[in-house]
Amino acid sequence: MSGLLSIENLSVRLPPGADRSHALTGVSLAVAKNEILCVVGESGSGKSVLANTVMRLLPPGVRPDAGAVLFRGRDLVGVPEAEMRRLRGREIGMIFQEPMTALNPLRRAGDQIAETFRIHTTLRAREIREKALALLAEVRMPDPVAALRAYPHELSGGQRQRVMIAMALALEPALLIADEPTTALDVTTQGRILALIREIQARRGMGVLFITHDFGVVAEIADRVAVMQSGRLVEEGPADAVLNRPRAPYTRALIAAVPPLLPRARSGTAAPAILTLEGVSKTYRKGGGLIPGRARVTHAVRQVSLSLPRGTTLGIVGESGSGKSTLARCIVRLLDPDTGSIRLGDTDLAALSRRAMRGQAGRVQMVFQDPFASLNPRRRAGELVAQGPMLQGVSRRDALAKARELFGLVGLDPAAMDRLPHEFSGGQRQRIGLARALAMEPEVLVADEPVSALDVSVQAQVLALLDSLRDRLGLSMLFITHDLRVAGQICDRIAVMKDGAVVEAGPTAEVFAAPQAAYTRALLDAVPGRAWIPGRPHVPAA
Amino acid sequence: MTILLLALRRLAASVPTLLVILAGLFLLLQLAPGDTVDALMAQMGGGDPATADELRRYYGLDLPAAAQLARYLGRLVQLDLGQSAIYGKPVATVIAERLPVTLLLMGASLSLAFLGGIVLGVLAARRIGQWPDTLISTFGLMFYATPSFWFGLMGIVLFAIHLGWLPAGGFEEVGAGYAGLTRILDIARHLVLPTLTLALVFLATYLRIMRASMLEVMSLDYVRTARAKGLGETGVIVHHALRNALLPMVTLVGLQAGTMLGGSVVVESVFALPGLGRLAYESVVQRDLNTLLGIVFVSALLVITVNFVVDLIYGRLDPRIAAGR
Repeated sequence: MSGLLSIENLSVRLPPGADRSHALTGVSLAVAKNEILCVVGESGSGKSVLANTVMRLLPPGVRPDAGAVLFRGRDLVGVPEAEMRRLRGREIGMIFQEPMTALNPLRRAGDQIAETFRIHTTLRAREIREKALALLAEVRMPDPVAALRAYPHELSGGQRQRVMIAMALALEPALLIADEPTTALDVTTQGRILALIREIQARRGMGVLFITHDFGVVAEIADRVAVMQSGRLVEEGPADAVLNRPRAPYTRALIAAVPPLLPRARSGTAAPAILTLEGVSKTYRKGGGLIPGRARVTHAVRQVSLSLPRGTTLGIVGESGSGKSTLARCIVRLLDPDTGSIRLGDTDLAALSRRAMRGQAGRVQMVFQDPFASLNPRRRAGELVAQGPMLQGVSRRDALAKARELFGLVGLDPAAMDRLPHEFSGGQRQRIGLARALAMEPEVLVADEPVSALDVSVQAQVLALLDSLRDRLGLSMLFITHDLRVAGQICDRIAVMKDGAVVEAGPTAEVFAAPQAAYTRALLDAVPGRAWIPGRPHVPAA
Repeated sequence: MTILLLALRRLAASVPTLLVILAGLFLLLQLAPGDTVDALMAQMGGGDPATADELRRYYGLDLPAAAQLARYLGRLVQLDLGQSAIYGKPVATVIAERLPVTLLLMGASLSLAFLGGIVLGVLAARRIGQWPDTLISTFGLMFYATPSFWFGLMGIVLFAIHLGWLPAGGFEEVGAGYAGLTRILDIARHLVLPTLTLALVFLATYLRIMRASMLEVMSLDYVRTARAKGLGETGVIVHHALRNALLPMVTLVGLQAGTMLGGSVVVESVFALPGLGRLAYESVVQRDLNTLLGIVFVSALLVITVNFVVDLIYGRLDPRIAAGR
């Protein structure tokens, strides 16, 4: 193995006042030519700081104070800035997480790819254009000529990430750093981008430092794996060894928290339906003004019919834009469906007026995706939970007493009721959101991606909590997710949505074992690391 | 063609606003004691009530207010701004004589404030927390907090009276008979102090906005992407940060066009410039209703035009806007 990048005993200092003194402490790692090293860790593990230290793109005030970053034998920590600029883009390419924001919105994609050439080479405009075209073809961009002229907002997330990859690969760098490059993408797009990175890496013999939080992705792409926790290296080794025979307890715990892509045992088979949707549709109209012909119409939800048996969990699975969130909002009447009926018991929620719906609001409650944005930052946690019952006429004292009880139920310390949301972690905030929904004593709980913003270990805890609450309180749950692993873990039945319509619905075990719709098969195939079942020997993907 | 259509649509959309402004101003002036004829009689050194009544009939001031307003609006539809009683000329001519001075003053001040704001804002953002930032921000706050007429007066005291470098007022040397380049230079010399006076307040605003906007943009993902490509700091600012940071600035310029027109009233009065702002002031004093309404109409058109141009520029700067339209 010839060393390309070797990080030796690296420590990176955080500015005073941060939650710890060092982002990284004594990290040693090496990336060889022609291999993919995955660095895995939860948020706050220092994995992104590691990537940015190699590129010397750390925010001001954060700097290495010990150790070395040797790239082809030269220590990058001490290299002058001008020399570092020559290396960036030319010798070391980098891809970032957020394809929506990583490209300059005001400049054409082709221009941004060409910039890499203009910085480092003296090629003429025509040659650059040809090279950019070839690159876009290499990253399998549909219609590369049009993509050259497109602005970022005219491209989809996956296409933007292809442009990013083309940009990073432009000058054939020896080392590629990928910082969560597929985290923000849909699962099918993620599968294609991972395959693309793998393929180009193999063809060019690049070394890749791949940062991720997702063990599925690791199983899919890694040659070697390094696991990080709180700025320290916990374990490092070949992918097969770390994934299937982890030594460190932390690695074991992390892997145990990854839901296997297996359906759970079914429960509540023949219960009567508590919630029945029939022919629910929702259409968005945009623009056009006075001229109706010019309005853009989006059929977000079309003719969806579903039923949720009492005491069970129905998963609604789909990619972004499939209409799953719109459907959830229609059910709790945050949006008004255009057609169809939503029967809860014997009430048609869709037919109720806004005022009448407020009276029924307690019966269906929602838990939202983003635990950071969905709680009012100026209200104390206890008040947030007590607010709903108080609006329904419960006295403040009773409502707060109930909130105290609910805090215990969702696994929070009731003493924390006087704190503000920002004093809680992401997982704790999601518990507050759950307590807020449960305070209304709902019959049906609609959870819109409640765990997708959480780290995997926290995710496992929240999922277990949801499951136990459902059984203890006799709740029925509608669980919206894009993640089939999560769906398999918690849902008794799932419905797969695409472009606003349900393409397949049935018991989870049947859908997983014998998917009927082509789209369901594609979704299942795209789950990263699908062949790897945590805790079982690795079966290499064909 | 689309631009023309857009312009017409914008104009049509501002017709109700324009009507409300004109009618409101008309009624407001009815409330003030005295009218054009009183002012005229005072200029003539007084006269008998019979002459005054005759004059009132001649100018149509004997009609009820509503009828006067209707008559005015009727003429406006035919683009006739009416006659100025005080100047004895069509209002359009009076305004046309004064408009270039104001446009020149506004244009120069706006350019200075805009360019100065960009340069100083970027400088301050680049050296945040260091002495250039502190210096620029302190001066910005001073300019912002000081009334512009005081700046004008102090400028006259220092540069015109004590140092004698610049003229104290006026648009050009009257009776010097300059022509061509000499005349242009003469006008430029006269406009240095007024331009600075009007521009400083706006410059202070712009530099603060630019500094904040620049700081925000420099922390965004695509700036990091540009750095990861190996682009130097200057390249990052010129090619990636500047244009993005300009977007809020451009919006602000459109919003402040009206404020600037208002500011020119003060500046033109201080420096005795024969511009639109001073004309407006004189028209109020002399109850010259037609001229005042004409000025309001023209100013409104000016603000609408500036905003329209700003919108067009914004569309050019930001491709996402064009897509949404």
